[in-house]
Amino acid sequence: MSGILVITQQKNRMSAETLAAGQQLGAALNLPVSAAVIGTSDAGEFADKKLDHIYTVDDPLLKAYTPDGYTAALEQLIRLKKPQFVLLPHTYQVRDFAPKLATRFQQVLVSDVVDFRAAPGSVVMVRQLFQGKLNADVKFGGEAPYFASLQAGAFRAENAVRADTPVSVESVPVQLDASKIRSRPEEPFREAQRAVDLTAASIIVSVGRGIREKENIPMVEELAKVMGAELAASRPICDNGWLPMERQVGSSGQTVAPKVYIAVGISGAIQHLVGMKGAKTIVAINKDANAPIFEVADYGIVGDLFEVVPALIEEVKKAKG
Amino acid sequence: MKIIVAIKQVPARDSQLRVDSAGKWIQTSGLSFEINEPDAYALEAALQLKEKNGGEVLALCAGPAGASQTIREALAKGADRALHIEDDTLNDLDTLAVSRLLAKAAAAENPDLILTGLQSDDLGYGQTGVVIAELLGMPHATLIMEVEKKDAAVRVKRELEDGWFQHVELPLPAVLTIQSGISKLRYATLMGIKRAKTKEVKRLTAADLGVELQPTITIDRVYAPVRTKQTQILEGSAKEAAAKLVEKLKFEVRVL
Ligand SMILES: Cc1cc2nc3c(=O)[nH]c(=O)nc-3n(C[C@H](O)[C@H](O)[C@H](O)COP(=O)(O)OP(=O)(O)OC[C@H]3O[C@@H](n4cnc5c(N)ncnc54)[C@H](O)[C@@H]3O)c2cc1C
Repeated sequence: MSGILVITQQKNRMSAETLAAGQQLGAALNLPVSAAVIGTSDAGEFADKKLDHIYTVDDPLLKAYTPDGYTAALEQLIRLKKPQFVLLPHTYQVRDFAPKLATRFQQVLVSDVVDFRAAPGSVVMVRQLFQGKLNADVKFGGEAPYFASLQAGAFRAENAVRADTPVSVESVPVQLDASKIRSRPEEPFREAQRAVDLTAASIIVSVGRGIREKENIPMVEELAKVMGAELAASRPICDNGWLPMERQVGSSGQTVAPKVYIAVGISGAIQHLVGMKGAKTIVAINKDANAPIFEVADYGIVGDLFEVVPALIEEVKKAKG
Repeated sequence: MKIIVAIKQVPARDSQLRVDSAGKWIQTSGLSFEINEPDAYALEAALQLKEKNGGEVLALCAGPAGASQTIREALAKGADRALHIEDDTLNDLDTLAVSRLLAKAAAAENPDLILTGLQSDDLGYGQTGVVIAELLGMPHATLIMEVEKKDAAVRVKRELEDGWFQHVELPLPAVLTIQSGISKLRYATLMGIKRAKTKEVKRLTAADLGVELQPTITIDRVYAPVRTKQTQILEGSAKEAAAKLVEKLKFEVRVL
């Protein structure tokens, strides 16, 4: 077995990040890198990247995503091409099928990888534990192929090397049996139109579970008001109905890039960070000096938000005169 | 409908974590533990399905002896009985090995539905439910927000990225991984706590299940992440720190 296979997901920006990571791993291990495109015969955005091959896997049964269909198709591709490493973007879709695919090979997907250290004969995957509070080095074992999925934003798409010569595109036929596809997916949909557009805000004050109770929300609401900011929240706040869903920032909410993002009592789980990492300046107010939010913060106040927020309201009022 | 809910015990959410002396896991002495948050929602979903459609809810937990606390709580909330695969070495295993244990124990019960949380707050691999489904030859769906029982099927609402959703229908038996926050969690009543004491907890070992405890992937080292960004920590009392922040926002960031 040899080589690295990157399994892409159409119309998902994380595919290009995974491709760049695949190229880095290939360079470190001296292995050729190929990409697989599923559900279309069009190599699309990957055609200009430096790759050994692009494999397109197309079939009417792959038009709509199902874990059964994707797993069957990719199992056949992997058995045919025998890569040593299979890399995937850690998208919601990959979370859905990749553990199943790895199990077919008696393997375990090393999921949500943020970095790796690789030299011939030694590959270590780095991933987070405890929602980002600790890191772990993970080693593969057993027989290849070795599977890993990569966290959003952990590798830079713009590092992907372009091809100097056209990449060979090979269509790989697969045998799929409609009766073995057990789930019936319906059309994806969005709930009611969003009334709040957080993406236009230049200052965002965002509140997390550190606020403890619904009754305490008005305090951050006031901070937002005096600062002329939009109010946003982490997911648990919206799940509890303390603020409407449309104010949620993160992978299942809105992605924002304001001038200033002030995170109040938010721990900084990756699903939240992907929604606000693009802010120009990030301020974190948290009582836990080890909270992962400080990984991305430009300014931090380590303290009790119930003391800091009222003080901040006063100081902002003073500064605005 | 017979529903199995796989639950895991993890360190309480705001725990201060320290790496153990071997550098391979955390120091667990002195920590308090609780049910993995998404698993609490899986249990809630199971109890609601039972209330609507009748049947039985079984809590299935692989963990050390101390996990019996979390199992009792599940029984107190309304699970009918429990299976405890007792083992102290599960931290050295990986998802596949643990899923083999869970799948083997679940299969003996012939469930219609198996629910798990979508990921654990400690390891966070996010795979156990999917791997159990594959081992048992059952269909599955992940990141589930709603479950509706049909004749011999379930219709579920899956979460997709960026505020998108999708309905999927699956024939039973099936495995679902449940998203956090999808409903309000119930508290155990006094009556429930009393009754939990009389409910059956069946203890099993890996040997009983005939599963070999052999990991495929291994954690080599656990450590505090290295900070890549220079965070300016604004020191002092709340008032002093607030004043410093306002100054930064006014004169350096220029937004006030
Ligand atoms: C598939 C998936 C999608 C998700 N999508 C999203 C998403 O879109 N958006 C999102 O936000 N999350 C999302 N999540 C959830 C995410 O993983 C975290 O659980 C969530 O972001 C945690 O929210 P939090 O930081 O408010 O709460 P916690 O993690 O509980 O953090 C609370 C923080 O408050 C601090 N604190 C407590 N009391 C005080 C005090 N008095 N003063 C100061 N600080 C205090 C604590 O130190 C802690 O750091 C998703 C998860 C999954 C699995």
